[in-house]
Amino acid sequence: MDASASLSLYVEDQQDRGGAGTPLLEARGLTRHFPLGGGAVVRAVDGVDFAVMKGETLGVVGESGCGKSTTARVLMQLLAQDKGDLLFDGEAVGGLALSLKDYRRQAQMVFQDSFASLNPRLTIEDSVAFGPTVHGVSKRDAIQRARELLLKVGLDPARFAARYPHELSGGQRQRVNIARALALGPRLVILDEAVSALDKSVEAQVLNLLADLREEFGLTYIFISHDLNVVRFISDRVMVMYLGEVVEIGPVNELYDDPRHPYTRALLSAMPSMDPDRRTMEAPLAGDPPNPIDPPTGCRFHPRCPHAQTVCAKTKPALIVTASRDGTRRAACHMEIPGSGHSQAPKLEEAA
Amino acid sequence: MAAITDSLAPAVPPAIQRSPGYWSGVWRRFRKDKVALAAGIVVLLIVLMAIFADYLAPADPTRSSMLRRLRPIGTPGYPLGADELGRDMLSRLIHGARLSLFMGVVPVFIAFAIGSVIGVAAGFFGGRFNTVTMRLVDVFYAFPSVLLAIALSGALGAGIFNSLLSLTIVFIPPIARIAESVTTQVRSADYVEAARASGAGSGTIIRVHVLGNVLGPIFVYATSLISVSMILASGLSFLGLGTKPPTPEWGLMLNTLRTAIYVQPWVAALPGVAIFITSISFNLLSDGLRSAMDVKG
Repeated sequence: MDASASLSLYVEDQQDRGGAGTPLLEARGLTRHFPLGGGAVVRAVDGVDFAVMKGETLGVVGESGCGKSTTARVLMQLLAQDKGDLLFDGEAVGGLALSLKDYRRQAQMVFQDSFASLNPRLTIEDSVAFGPTVHGVSKRDAIQRARELLLKVGLDPARFAARYPHELSGGQRQRVNIARALALGPRLVILDEAVSALDKSVEAQVLNLLADLREEFGLTYIFISHDLNVVRFISDRVMVMYLGEVVEIGPVNELYDDPRHPYTRALLSAMPSMDPDRRTMEAPLAGDPPNPIDPPTGCRFHPRCPHAQTVCAKTKPALIVTASRDGTRRAACHMEIPGSGHSQAPKLEEAA
Repeated sequence: MAAITDSLAPAVPPAIQRSPGYWSGVWRRFRKDKVALAAGIVVLLIVLMAIFADYLAPADPTRSSMLRRLRPIGTPGYPLGADELGRDMLSRLIHGARLSLFMGVVPVFIAFAIGSVIGVAAGFFGGRFNTVTMRLVDVFYAFPSVLLAIALSGALGAGIFNSLLSLTIVFIPPIARIAESVTTQVRSADYVEAARASGAGSGTIIRVHVLGNVLGPIFVYATSLISVSMILASGLSFLGLGTKPPTPEWGLMLNTLRTAIYVQPWVAALPGVAIFITSISFNLLSDGLRSAMDVKG
């Protein structure tokens, strides 16, 4: 069985333009509002800036309704953004150098609902083979490739290739969805709550599979989840979203050990910990997130923030590099902005 | 993409386990449904009867005899009696199946083709196109089907082709509405999103992912309209807007025999019995198909 050699050959990337260490995907001021009629809009994604480096896994966390999934759909261009730019390996998505179809060959997505994301009338191998046939691969070659990929994700093609989705378990179906996402040989895979619906034991298996596939194919992941433990396990960097905005972004361990934004702190303190010494005493968040139709002025977190002061309700804090360490961390909080007017903000001369 | 062809070489063990396909599952469930199976057999017999009418009918259905008018059921030589012009009822019923089935199946089939195209397109593309299309469909849907069929046939004039046309127009709106609602559900399914994320165009998505999941339910609904179409066609003939005498057709026979209802009530009721048996068989068959095609996750 020499499938691995042929597969790794396939993903070997001649299209890499910027080289290692440059962003694979860059979002600049990405905005998506849903009009409700009568002038009201839901600000699902509101000016999101971030970059995913080549080969890294960016975790995205936040409460339900914070815009994680809408962000994923805009990144996949299943929804068009209202404003903002999306750059893939330095090229504008949908522009002259990178058509939407080319982009979609290089960026793929795994959905949360493993059953709803497979066509009930297609066999497993037909579902996996569909993508390549769209891009001009012959049916026979696509089926061959689908069977190799099924083997890669731990499903014996002899047993599973000709089966239908309803004959598989949730974990098996999600493996099929992963195989389907890999069928086009993508560089970026967006995992939108891809393991959230699975049992804990199956979840662990699928997470390990994802980690192995990342190594083997040199993939870049955007891993969206509400499960902070899972995000910590798989991510290199983490982005925290609140009401359609990025409030904090940084390397996973630093962010988990020393959260700079009060919202991140509250999220992490709500996470059950196995170690009593790591227990944070801060009160977990009270109440629901405010309505994204009419978000609070200034910092959107201020009505729920224990440190909120006058400036927080007036001015919106920018996502700036925090004073700590080597500049890899950013947070949007007045307590991090020198001279912001918040009593706990760093003094101006300290920052200089 | 060249690299994909390189991956042809390693052979996966050829013995792929085929799981029973969708249709064999449908057939297995359908077979267990005794009522639907019986209805299916009756429909099949009626179809065969229509096809081989020339061989089955004991007499010429248009040969009349002034001496043997309105004979009761069981008269020698006239097993189901004779009508008001002395024609053999059995032969006329057998031959009448042809036109009645034709008028039941063909308008529904044409409306299925046209209505599916309208409904699937409206459901899939959504937005303003959906609104405009479906509101136009609703204009026709607002009329009671019997009235619409009579009005259209009356305007177009009597005749088989015109009643065929008017019945087709009557059945397009309900089929289009079903097609639209089923397609709207499928369109928002994750597997359609995933297909779009693979870079597939609308045509490919409709062909591979939408049609397979919507045509079944639309077809089942359409089969339930066959009986309605037969009854409407019979009604048009009854009103003199469909078939012209002496062609045997069940609705027309019911009409001409109604004057004999006090003389030979059983003979006069026979075309109605034929319509009843055929339409209820189609309905039971359609019900059975619907439950057999209903796959649980």
